[in-house]
Amino acid sequence: MATTSSVPKYPTGGAGGVKPPASYGNRSFFARNPSALIFIACLAVFTLVVTLASEAYGGGFLSTSFVKTLGKTLCLSLVALAMDLIWGYAGILSLGHMAFFALGGYMIGMWLMYARTEEIVVTALSQGGLPATPEEVTQGIANQIFGVVGSSDLPAIWSFAYSLPLQLSLALAVPGLLALVFGWLAFRSRVTGVYLSILTQAMTLALALYLFQNDSGLRGNNGLSGLQNLPGLGQTSQDLVSIWFFWASALALGLGYLTLAWVVSGKFGSVIRAIRDDEARVRFLGYPVEVYKLFLFTLTALIAALAGVLYYPQAGIINPAELAPIASIYLAVWVAIGGRGRLYGAVIGAAFVSLLSSLFTSGRLPDIRLGPLPLNWVDWWLVILGLAFVAVTLFAPKGIGGLFDRFLRIATPDRKGAPLGPDDGSLQEQEAQQ
Amino acid sequence: MTALLEVSGVSVTFDGFRAINNLSFSIGEAELRAIIGPNGAGKTTFMDIVTGKTRPDAGSVTFGTRSLSLLGLNEAQIAREGVGRKFQRPTVFEDQTVEANLILALKAPRGPWRVLFWTPKPADMARVKALAAEVGLADHLHRKSGELSHGQKQWLEIAMLLAQEPRLLLVDEPAAGMTPAEREQTTALLVNLARTRAVVVVEHDMDFVRRLNCRVTVLHEGAVLAEGSLDHVTRDPQVIAVYLGRG
Amino acid sequence: MRLTALFVAALFWLAPSPSLAQEAAAIVAENRDQIEKPSRQTIGPVIAALAASGDTMADDILSAWADKRLVIRKADDALLIAGPDGDGFILRNLDGSEAGAAEKADLTELKPNAGVRGLIAAALVQFTLSDPDPMRRGAALTSIARDPQPETLDALRASIPSETDPALKTQKERLGRFLTLRFDPDPSARVAAIESLGADTSLDTRAALNPLVATTRIATAGEPAGNIARPLSLGRDLTQAEAYALLVAADLAPARLTLEEQRAVLVANIVNGAVGGIPVDELNTQAARDRAYTALEAAGTVPTAATDDEAKAALAAHRFFDAYVETDPSVTAAALAALTSIDRKVGLMQAADLGLDALSLAAIYFLAAIGLAITFGVMGVINMAHGEFITIGAYTGFVVQQLVPDYTLSILIALPLAFAVTFAAGVAMERLVIRHLYKRPLETLLATFGISIALQQILKNVFGTQARPLTAPGWLDGALEFNDVVSISYIRIAIFVLALLFLCFFLYLMKRTRLGLEVRAVTQNPAMAASMGINPDRINMLTFGLGSGIAGIAGVAIGLYAKVTSEMGADYIVQSFMTVVVGGVGNVWGTLAGATMIGSLQKVIEFLNPSNTLAAQTYMILFIILFIQFRPRGIIALRGRAAGD
Repeated sequence: MATTSSVPKYPTGGAGGVKPPASYGNRSFFARNPSALIFIACLAVFTLVVTLASEAYGGGFLSTSFVKTLGKTLCLSLVALAMDLIWGYAGILSLGHMAFFALGGYMIGMWLMYARTEEIVVTALSQGGLPATPEEVTQGIANQIFGVVGSSDLPAIWSFAYSLPLQLSLALAVPGLLALVFGWLAFRSRVTGVYLSILTQAMTLALALYLFQNDSGLRGNNGLSGLQNLPGLGQTSQDLVSIWFFWASALALGLGYLTLAWVVSGKFGSVIRAIRDDEARVRFLGYPVEVYKLFLFTLTALIAALAGVLYYPQAGIINPAELAPIASIYLAVWVAIGGRGRLYGAVIGAAFVSLLSSLFTSGRLPDIRLGPLPLNWVDWWLVILGLAFVAVTLFAPKGIGGLFDRFLRIATPDRKGAPLGPDDGSLQEQEAQQ
Repeated sequence: MTALLEVSGVSVTFDGFRAINNLSFSIGEAELRAIIGPNGAGKTTFMDIVTGKTRPDAGSVTFGTRSLSLLGLNEAQIAREGVGRKFQRPTVFEDQTVEANLILALKAPRGPWRVLFWTPKPADMARVKALAAEVGLADHLHRKSGELSHGQKQWLEIAMLLAQEPRLLLVDEPAAGMTPAEREQTTALLVNLARTRAVVVVEHDMDFVRRLNCRVTVLHEGAVLAEGSLDHVTRDPQVIAVYLGRG
Repeated sequence: MRLTALFVAALFWLAPSPSLAQEAAAIVAENRDQIEKPSRQTIGPVIAALAASGDTMADDILSAWADKRLVIRKADDALLIAGPDGDGFILRNLDGSEAGAAEKADLTELKPNAGVRGLIAAALVQFTLSDPDPMRRGAALTSIARDPQPETLDALRASIPSETDPALKTQKERLGRFLTLRFDPDPSARVAAIESLGADTSLDTRAALNPLVATTRIATAGEPAGNIARPLSLGRDLTQAEAYALLVAADLAPARLTLEEQRAVLVANIVNGAVGGIPVDELNTQAARDRAYTALEAAGTVPTAATDDEAKAALAAHRFFDAYVETDPSVTAAALAALTSIDRKVGLMQAADLGLDALSLAAIYFLAAIGLAITFGVMGVINMAHGEFITIGAYTGFVVQQLVPDYTLSILIALPLAFAVTFAAGVAMERLVIRHLYKRPLETLLATFGISIALQQILKNVFGTQARPLTAPGWLDGALEFNDVVSISYIRIAIFVLALLFLCFFLYLMKRTRLGLEVRAVTQNPAMAASMGINPDRINMLTFGLGSGIAGIAGVAIGLYAKVTSEMGADYIVQSFMTVVVGGVGNVWGTLAGATMIGSLQKVIEFLNPSNTLAAQTYMILFIILFIQFRPRGIIALRGRAAGD
């Protein structure tokens, strides 16, 4: 490679001399990223505590439904990580990642529903005197699943639903391909900044509207249901299943965190942050900016899809409302409140806000009386969330993660007179107009 | 003399305004060239065309010994072919350390996979240190570049350009905002650089151009008005009329 | 059909001979047996005679008969007309004279069957068609047109010459042509009637012609009989299963065994855990079940069912056709020709109607988007709460209607009030939030998202989740109808006019007023504008207020034709952004072009796929994503240096 061969041939002008070893690349990954180690330790302790407090393996202090909520929260944190990578690090405010999340859920949901229905149909048919033929089973499954939308044919997109490995690979392939095609179209025509955000939002809306139709092949607005019942595990208690999924989610989150921490810690992370701050300059350095964006967009879509695969068996039901544009906006809200541009910020934001959200919308909190007006938390939670979000954007753009900085006294660099955290928008706007 | 960059018959129109009008220009493998011209003469647009930011309506731009056409390439591809550009305003990545900035610029594979699995070898780190030392930033390697002074950012950017090892260097008003001592240093650096590669300097400052002591191309209304030594072009009555006459 | 012809011939024969008229009562007396036990086959001449008698009582007798009010008094076996009177009946003789009253038990009602009642009704038509009251004549025409019967044709024809009302006369002639082309026994008369229609595109013409070209599917072994429309080829025009079902229906082949029946038969014949010698456990494939069934057939336990081979042979031995129900080829040919030319004309008109629809949808998108075009295009500020401003405008209209019951007045109050409310909301938002974020568009996007979420929930808390009506004034009800195909509702016209007004207002404001000049100055170069004494803060505030205010007015307009809910604005936000982006940012003509394009596109897609408006939106968004590939800056793009300034 040419890098090593070129020896400095210019007279050294300034002060020089050998300095202590550079921090770049010479030390181990964890030494360079202490936060990753702390995070993994916290996650491990959390998993242990939840396991010991669960109904399946411990004291039963935590109800099974709460274990599911915690498991789902871990999955949401994983999507938030993906969102942080693409938005916090690379400056691409995608409003479409919950669509990839839901698509992953739909794909695994197809297998769950198909296999579960198959069990029921085979049992029912064998009681009729004769063992069922494959045709009868298929027809019975189609009737069971699609009767609700007035159809009795299994659509072609269900061709692989019988097989877990095939459907699992589809759960990654379909969102991944969608991200690849959409990203290619969007990035090659250099759609950036708010335009890209709106375009991704339109993509999400188009997908949601499509799935809302009854003849979409995915049961219209009924969505897929009964996903918490794992095929072949009909006798296993949900107490056990919930803790298994909790473990799987924790494992996925831990691995996802480590992978992304590794991705952003090296030169790649340096390149994508550079793209966020001044993508034109990165281009003049010779980096194919569009390829990087596409790579990130697809990678994060795959992570989102994986999170969806783990989330929806815990949620039990998926319908097109799950990929309404507002879901992706909430994702951005979580990451912003947690703190963009730092991975633990995304996790904290997603966990904090989604748990608060389920607390406030559960209806278990007592109303507060403000004079004559009863203040119902279910009704007013979204108002509080919306206004809190405005406040965070205005006064604390670094989110909750910013508190850590204050605690650790990390100085904020002066960035072109805009000290309020990373925002490429103005720069990209300028460039878009040039 | 074989030309490294050959621009011929290039025209660009913005909403009816001809920014570049049938411009032809060429520069050799190891040559220093200054481009001067009044405001709106098309200097920046010329650099935009060479670096792929602007597509010309007509004409051809070829580069290198293989006479590769630059017209079908995007900015990143042209940069990888060996065309470096320094902007008027220093643009370094202020959120990242001086070291990270230099590593970004180091000549190395640019694709995402290769970058993802790239780890610095000792030689790379040595080169980074040498470059930093050369521009007087050896003590600042681990500082965020946003904390540097304006002049230091200029030097960092120059160091990044050197790290890219371009064959053709386009420099936009390098002397702007520099102290006289720094100008001196910049002049020396540019002259030194031009021994091994082509360097095109766009500059307003006549003193600075005089010190570069090189061929000068005068642009006016998007076309070449005169070319030659500074003394030659400053005697040209046309140049005096459109440019020096005003100043 | 032949019977009808006979009957009509009889009428023809009788009708022009009033001199032969008898008293109705006499005719009834003469044919008493037939009238008491009428049959459709033979009663025709009697009814015809009655109708042609010229006696005014004939009408009453026939109506009473049809209404089951013609009764026999059990006491004296007299045939009388009964009229209800409380629990009993008032009776009249057939010549109209009073005949006292009676209880229901004293009477036997004549109950003609439906076929006979049809004949009676047809005969009655001629009385109503010649009724002195034009209203009744009109009503009779309407009822004939609704349910055309062959029997009415001659009555209708007969009534034309004596018709005095010119409008009714035209109507009668027109209806006469429709009946002729369907029911006239003479094919050439029918063809002439079809051709006389020309390319009249009205719905009733098409309704009259369509039955003539209706087809049925037939299967035959040899040459087909009847008026064949086209031969059908297996696999392309109809599936094997459909074709076989046709054969079964025509008794040309035995029915096939369905899988369920086969299963039931097999279950019924399980002997010692096996069917036909095949163990039950092995019957888990169709092939095994077929083998078991064949074994049962061979043993004679079950009836033979058509096998696959037999079915194939039967299909091969027959041909399948679409045949016209109408038997006369000249009539179907003429009807086809007429329909083709009508279709062509209707197609053009549908295109025109589609154009009108598209224009009105474009007007709505334009209204929804123009406020956004100001804040996004002119100021570069992304206002995701724009949709909620639309909603606020609509709810303002709703509240005003609660206070001011007069709809016209309330709309006139609501429009400026909605502007004022959303203007204030916009200014407040600009002052409190947006002005701190001018250099950071993505953060503006986020902050206004937050406001959007909060506003939407507040509106939901205040006004509830159910849709609230915003009623348009009465003079906006109905539609402007050009003909059966092309029409547009007045509300949509009003919205269109409103959109035009806003376009003019906006152009005037930007190009002709001091404010517009200052807005353009601040947009292009805030620093320079400030140095010339323009206060950019004030201009930004006013511009944002203006954009928001227009959203409020758009809300009232949209609320007039759609239900007002807290989510209605959110439904328009993506479309509005698309309109602005597709049209080209920073240019009101671009917004207009974008709205026109998106509106037309949506209508065209809906037209091509009318069952599914959701799919239409999906395809539209996909199209827009692709469109941006080719024109990233929109339809009307500012290029080069001008765009950067």
